[in-house]
Amino acid sequence: MQKPRIRWHIAVFLAPAVLIYTSVMIFPLFNTLRLALFQEVDQARVYVGLENFRTLFFDPIWSKQFWNALGNNFWFFLIHMLVQNPIGVVLAALLSHPRLRFAALYRSAIFIPTILSFVIVGFAWKLILSPIWGIAPSMLDAVGLKALFAPWLGKEEYALTTLALISVWQFVGIPMMLIYAALLSIPEEILEAGEIDGVTGAAAFWKIKLPLILPSIGIISILTFVGNFNAFDLIYASQGALAGPDFSTDILGTFMYRTFFGFQLQLGDPHMGSAIAGAMFAIILLGVCLYLFGIQTRMRRYQL
Amino acid sequence: MNSARANPINTFAMHGALILYTLIALFPVFVILINSFKTRKMIFREPLALPDAESFSMVGYQTVMKQGDFFLYFQNSFLVTVGSLTLILLFGAMAAFALSEYRFRGNMLMGLYLALGIMIPIRIGTVAILEMMVSTGLVNTLWALILVYTAQGLPLAVFILSEFMRQVSDDLKNAGRIDGLSEYTIFFKLVLPLVRPAMATVAVFNMIPIWNDLWFPLILAPAEETKTLTLGSQVFIGQFVTDWNAVLSALSLAILPVLVLYTIFSRQLIRGITSGAVK
Repeated sequence: MQKPRIRWHIAVFLAPAVLIYTSVMIFPLFNTLRLALFQEVDQARVYVGLENFRTLFFDPIWSKQFWNALGNNFWFFLIHMLVQNPIGVVLAALLSHPRLRFAALYRSAIFIPTILSFVIVGFAWKLILSPIWGIAPSMLDAVGLKALFAPWLGKEEYALTTLALISVWQFVGIPMMLIYAALLSIPEEILEAGEIDGVTGAAAFWKIKLPLILPSIGIISILTFVGNFNAFDLIYASQGALAGPDFSTDILGTFMYRTFFGFQLQLGDPHMGSAIAGAMFAIILLGVCLYLFGIQTRMRRYQL
Repeated sequence: MNSARANPINTFAMHGALILYTLIALFPVFVILINSFKTRKMIFREPLALPDAESFSMVGYQTVMKQGDFFLYFQNSFLVTVGSLTLILLFGAMAAFALSEYRFRGNMLMGLYLALGIMIPIRIGTVAILEMMVSTGLVNTLWALILVYTAQGLPLAVFILSEFMRQVSDDLKNAGRIDGLSEYTIFFKLVLPLVRPAMATVAVFNMIPIWNDLWFPLILAPAEETKTLTLGSQVFIGQFVTDWNAVLSALSLAILPVLVLYTIFSRQLIRGITSGAVK
């Protein structure tokens, strides 16, 4: 009988990727979850079980910040779902119209904000909305709406919504592109069959195209969810680590950064930071599972 | 043909809506760029006017060049991005080839394990990553960033590339085997050239997030000599926040390389997205 040969080349092909992925991503991920179970007492690491999570959820000082950040994060996500994705769908529907001229030009131009860094986007909008520079108030004045102007980024009640809208402005290109791709893949015969039955224009969009692109909208929603729940850069770049005014723009990413890295007088606490990371991990995992098992499997996929 | 599709009023409305949104998308970039070339007085007096002979000024750029080491930042960003992309493509393609070409025990499981990272953001593990980089002495080196971005990019790269490698014809590879080529030669000489378009797609997908990232440079490599362009401009703008000329010029300098890259690669990027590579 022939002895099975060990095929070393398979191991050689797999090794570098698996090694880097495991040691820099998977191992730290679990190590972070493990660190959340410890505390530093007299410069020694002490195992405390779920104590950090109890502090995070129930200790008044911590829990107030945590629930604030979590609530803000949900609002941030909601704005994206309600504004970014519908605008993306509308733009894609317009772009995918047959015989539309300059479609490639519009597409490339509308995608430009998506490639800019949060630092650029954050500061650019901060300058434009600034009452000192006055671009926003004078433009509103030109259309007779000057009374609507307020220093949006500086007011507690508007700041978070303003930042969410800035983020929508930046990322609307992604749903636009994905939906555009989905719309292009709808075969012409189906639309023509609809036309023969008298389904055209807006009715064709609602009755034929929208059901066919629902899976893409599902993917975009989960991508938005994951992206929003580990967002950090835009808030940090425009409002700083304190997520002002008065923590009104604090989300989980900025809360975790402040906690584990420290800021101004507060010392960094890697163990509480890990506990927050653990909570973020649980939320993202929950969202992804909900999508995979709750939505994706039930969605009807049409064979095209 | 159906009349609704060619209705001139509809066409007009569609162009109107698209032009309006294009203006919204480009307006902030445009305002930053034109004002970076104006004198401080004119920035405030007429923010929407183009720079002319009277209002033209490069004083912001001079401050930026004198005070910030933007060439160094640019070089760091460049090294990190190119280094990470090289590793992602090489190691990702190798793993994708192993998974798509050979049948072995645990193949399926290995594929799933590598796919885990597509949905879970690497930032969650930051505390332990920082600890590891400190203990290995990699903190404040560009290698720390390259390793993190490679680990972050590999899952999607393996996923996309193995989809494409399944389409490479078996006859070609078997012909190579009969001619006595080693598995390594088959991979590097036969398969890699054939999946080049997919490699380009993966590269373009990874390039922008790596170039723009603020989180890991801030935490793993905040030292002056390892600052990336994104972190460098963030810190610079924070220090010069009242010097509007300098801030606008720094922003323009940060926008420029990305715009150049985008003009070069936008067709590749858009083709990559629309070909359904991210499903």
